[in-house]
Amino acid sequence: MTNPRGRFGIHGGQYIPETLMNAVIELEAAYDHFKDDPAFNRELEELLNEYAGRPSRLYFAKKMTRDLGGARIYLKREDLNHTGAHKINNVLGQALLAKKMGKTRLIAETGAGQHGVATATAAALLDMECVVFMGQEDTVRQALNVYRMRLLGAEVIPVTTGTATLKDAVSEAMREWTSRIADTHYCLGSVMGPHPFPTIVRDFQAVISKEIKEQILEKEGRLPDAVLACVGGGSNAIGSFYHFIGDKNVRLIGCEAAGRGVDTFETAATIATGKPGIFHGMKSYFCQDEYGQIAPVYSISAGLDYPGIGPEHAHLYDTGRAEYVPVTDEEAVQAFEYLSRTEGIIPAIESAHAVAHAMKIAPGMDPEQIIVITVSGRGDKDCAAIARYRGEDIYE
Amino acid sequence: MSKIREAFDHGKAFIAFITCGDPDPETTAAAVRSAVRCGADLIELGIPFSDPTAEGPVIQAASLRALQGGITTDKVFDLVRDLRRDVTVPMVFMTYANVIFSYGAERFLAACEETGIDGLILPDLPYEEKEEFLPFCRAHGVDLISLIAPTSENRIAMIAKEAEGFVYVVSSLGVTGMRSEIRTDLASIVEVIRQNTSVPCVIGFGISTPAQAAEMAAVSDGAIVGSAIVKILEKYGKEAPEHIGEYVRSMKDAMR
Repeated sequence: MTNPRGRFGIHGGQYIPETLMNAVIELEAAYDHFKDDPAFNRELEELLNEYAGRPSRLYFAKKMTRDLGGARIYLKREDLNHTGAHKINNVLGQALLAKKMGKTRLIAETGAGQHGVATATAAALLDMECVVFMGQEDTVRQALNVYRMRLLGAEVIPVTTGTATLKDAVSEAMREWTSRIADTHYCLGSVMGPHPFPTIVRDFQAVISKEIKEQILEKEGRLPDAVLACVGGGSNAIGSFYHFIGDKNVRLIGCEAAGRGVDTFETAATIATGKPGIFHGMKSYFCQDEYGQIAPVYSISAGLDYPGIGPEHAHLYDTGRAEYVPVTDEEAVQAFEYLSRTEGIIPAIESAHAVAHAMKIAPGMDPEQIIVITVSGRGDKDCAAIARYRGEDIYE
Repeated sequence: MSKIREAFDHGKAFIAFITCGDPDPETTAAAVRSAVRCGADLIELGIPFSDPTAEGPVIQAASLRALQGGITTDKVFDLVRDLRRDVTVPMVFMTYANVIFSYGAERFLAACEETGIDGLILPDLPYEEKEEFLPFCRAHGVDLISLIAPTSENRIAMIAKEAEGFVYVVSSLGVTGMRSEIRTDLASIVEVIRQNTSVPCVIGFGISTPAQAAEMAAVSDGAIVGSAIVKILEKYGKEAPEHIGEYVRSMKDAMR
C-alpha cells in the first residue's frame, strides 16, 4: 500500500526529495492547526474581503445568453479580484500561514505571471521577501507582469532550463526550496505538487464555489446545470467545482489547453493526451513519451502551458465526476475576442478557454438551463500576445 | 546479503556516478570500465530524466545531452548487459520515479535482475512512498537505497532501520553539484545512522576534491562523486574515459 496521505484515489502523494520531507510535514501540521483557528480565519477573511475585494460578482451575461440562444450564462468574476485573477485567494492564505509559521521569505513559480504578481503583492503587504521563478519564454510573453512583480519588490529569476516555461519554473522553485528551507515557504500556485499543497490550495480556492452556490441560489433559486473553468494545474477549476462535487446534477467541466490541437505535439491537454505518471511531487496524469520523459508542451496561454494536472482533477476524471475537454488556441482567441465585444469583459486567455467551450455547448441547451463560467483572470496582460497572434505588432 | 556489500570489502568505498548515454553509450561504457580499473568500488549509473529536480546544472546538462543523443531506458539496459560481460563491481541506477513507473515497475525491476543491477537510488521517492516500488525490488533482489538529508533529523532512525544496500547521506541542502565546502555536521548524522543499522553509510552531494573525499571517508564508509565526473565528460566528451580514470585514482588514493 502506498502512502495514504494526501491521496485522491491513486493520485497525489509526496514524491519529493528527503531534504523536503520535514518541510512538508511541518507545513501540514501548521495548516491543520490554523485552518480551524478562528483568529487565523478572521484575519484571512478580512484580507480577502477588504484587500482583495471579495466576494467576487456572479454576473448574468445577458447579451451572451441572447446571442448564443441557449442556456442562461453567468460569469464568476474572479478577474475583478485585486491583482486581476483568482490567484490572490490562495496566495493570501498561504502567505498568512507562512507568516504564522515564522517564515520571512516566499518563493513561487509563475507561468502567465498572475501567481507571481499575487505572491509579490502578498509579500509586499506582509513585509516578506519574495523571489519568483518564471520561464524565460514566459518573461517575454508576459513582460508586463514581470515589471509588475519587480515594481512590487520581488526578484524575478528567468528560468532557462528545459522548455523555459511553467514546468521548468516549478522545477527551479523546488530546487531553490531544497537549498533554503528554514526561512522560506514555497508558495505553490496551483493544486499540484506534493501533499499538502493540492489540499491547501484547493481549500483556499474553494471560496469560489462557495460564493457561486450562494449567489446562484439567490439569483435563480436553484443550482446551475454546469460549471466551466479552465484547467492547467487546475486551481481555479477545483475552486469552482469543490462545493458542487456532492451535487451530482451539476456537470463539472474543465477546459484544457489543446494548443494547436490534441493530434499535434504542440498541445498541453493533459487528460486528452497524457497518461498516469509521477512528477513534481505527485502521481497524476502527465504529457510524456513512452519512457516517461516529460513532454515539451505548448499553449498560447502561459498559464495553462503545463504538462500535468492536479491529482484531485485526475481523480475526478477517473471517477467520471468531472469532464475534461480540449480547447485550441484559435478557439480560445476567438472567445477572448467574443467576450470582449459581447459583454465588454476582456478575459485572461486562460479563462477564454472556458468561455470557448461554453460557446460550444450553450446553444444546444434549454433556455431554463444555467451555465456558470469562471472568468479566472482579466486579459490586459494578454493583449500584446493576442495582437501578435492576429498579426499585429503593438508596443506596450 | 546483497552484492552491494562487496563494494565495502576493501576499506572505504569510492562510488562513481556517470550519466548513461552522455554523450553516447559507448563513451559511458568506456568511462565505467576506466573508473573500475582505477579503483571505483561501485558504479552509479544515471538514467537521464527530462526534468531532474534534484540535480544541479552539471547533471541537468548531462541528462539533456544524453536524451538528445537518443538514450532510452531500453538502451540503458543494453548498456548494462554489455558492461556485465566484464564489470563485476556492484552497479546501481540513479533515476527518477517516473522513469520506472512509466516502464512498469515489474518490467523494470525484472530487467534490473536480468542485466545485473544491484540497487536503485530514487531522489524523488522518500520513505513515505517507497512501497511504490519496494515489493518489486524485493521480488527481484534489488536494494532500494535510502537517502538521508541534513534536514532529516527526527526521521534518521526510522529511515536507517529499514535501509538496504547502503545509506546515502546527502551532505548539504540543495541539489547535486560541486561545493567548495561542506558544513553539515555529518559525523553526528552518521552516528545516529550507525545506531540503527549495520548497512554501510556513504556521503554524496558536493564532493569533488581528494581532500573532501578523504574528509568524508573519515566520518563514513565512503564517498559518492557525480558532478565532478560528469564535468570531465562535459569537457572531454569521447576522450573523457582516460581522464576519469586518473581522477578516480586520485580520489581513491586520498581515501585510503
